[in-house]
Amino acid sequence: MNGRRPLRLLAALVGLSWAAPALADSVSVAVAANFTAPAQALAKDFTARTGHELVLSFGATGGLYTQITQGAPFQVLLAADDERPARAVREGYGVAGSVFTYAIGRLALYSTVMALGDGAAVLREGAFTRLSIANPQTAPYGAAGLEVLGALDLTQALTPKLVTGESIAQTLQFVETGNAELGFVALSQVIAAPAGAVWLVPETLHAPLAQDGVLLDPQAPAARAFLDYLRSAQAQAIMSRFGYQVP
Amino acid sequence: MSWDEIAPAIRLTLTLAGLVTAILLVLATPIAWWLARSTNRLKEIVAAIVALPLVLPPTVLGFYLLVALGPNGPGGLVAGLWGGRTLAFSFWGLVIGSVIFSLPFVVQPLRNGFAAIGEEPLEAAASLGARPATVFFAIALPLARPAYLTGAILAFAHTVGEFGVVLMIGGNIPGVTKVLSVSIYDYVEQLRWGEAHVLSAGMVGFAFLVIIVTLLLDRRFSPLPR
Repeated sequence: MNGRRPLRLLAALVGLSWAAPALADSVSVAVAANFTAPAQALAKDFTARTGHELVLSFGATGGLYTQITQGAPFQVLLAADDERPARAVREGYGVAGSVFTYAIGRLALYSTVMALGDGAAVLREGAFTRLSIANPQTAPYGAAGLEVLGALDLTQALTPKLVTGESIAQTLQFVETGNAELGFVALSQVIAAPAGAVWLVPETLHAPLAQDGVLLDPQAPAARAFLDYLRSAQAQAIMSRFGYQVP
Repeated sequence: MSWDEIAPAIRLTLTLAGLVTAILLVLATPIAWWLARSTNRLKEIVAAIVALPLVLPPTVLGFYLLVALGPNGPGGLVAGLWGGRTLAFSFWGLVIGSVIFSLPFVVQPLRNGFAAIGEEPLEAAASLGARPATVFFAIALPLARPAYLTGAILAFAHTVGEFGVVLMIGGNIPGVTKVLSVSIYDYVEQLRWGEAHVLSAGMVGFAFLVIIVTLLLDRRFSPLPR
């Protein structure tokens, strides 16, 4: 009698799942942790415009790169530096000619308990027990934080106070939970914080944080479309809202 | 890879595991004794609480610990005694986390060990006039020796193998909180696989040794014929 109905339902579902990609693709994107909030906003806007879904995975750039070398199914990498995307192309994981700078990030010193009017002075004074920083080996924002300490000639004085987050996200979390008094984070993470809690680190103190993207899957038109979208005025408006400079 | 680079992590891991094991053996004894001998109907609730870390993801424990050890939790109060702010990112923070995380690995074998002694030897000693403390130290403790050995090995091994909790509350400070498992993770993330291979192979050997020793002890002390 109606014993066949589940079968028909199954057939319909299978049909749907085959039909779906023709209408809208899903693009898997590996995103540097500093770019988490803008990437989520961009994904929403991109989906609204194109119907393509974005599946975002966040992590430290170095960690994401390791996963890519081991065949992680990402189609796009949005790195926090310009080194890994170039390396991806060199080592055969990225599509040649697809590398471009999608944003230039800003480093910020952030605290929930100290007034950071002049962050350099606060760092020099050293009246804190823990300074949180992202792992400089895998997170470009962490490397930039170390450069700042070097430029201020504080490397020796402050190294014993450093605690290292696995990504810039964990670095912020150490400050937010109060376990570290202050930390080097991305401006986009604290864009909504009160002015006195954030010191925008002068760009003279570290190499510019040029963040490059690269296409990893040459057979993914929707991934290409997303990279093109990142260059659009609408996307750039979203990125500047989060404190990124756009090239 | 230079020895100087990994020696602090190895030393730290062994110190941490040794200390945690010692604390756990002391701490777990009264709990396990009570669980094995009490007739209180609520005791399985206590047993379940002790066993929670077996089921909980390390991230749950790591999250709660991060808050509890921090300046707004009890950990911050304790740290304040010597002018600190938080127990996170400290060796003692790791000790606290590891003790909680590995507690069931000691309580469970001890409880079984105490239960296996049965009433008879203890009642016999008591009827001969031995005081409760004497009964415990002269009769129960020696009889439960295999259980203590198993518990100690498991606690030590489990602490050496801990990763998630340490990653969340450690802050990756060389020589203070950067244990072996975290070092391996870092090497892998940095694509320094030569180092990761050496340390990982060492851990495989260590784990194998621990399991073999545990199995052999189990056979040796097993009351069943083999």
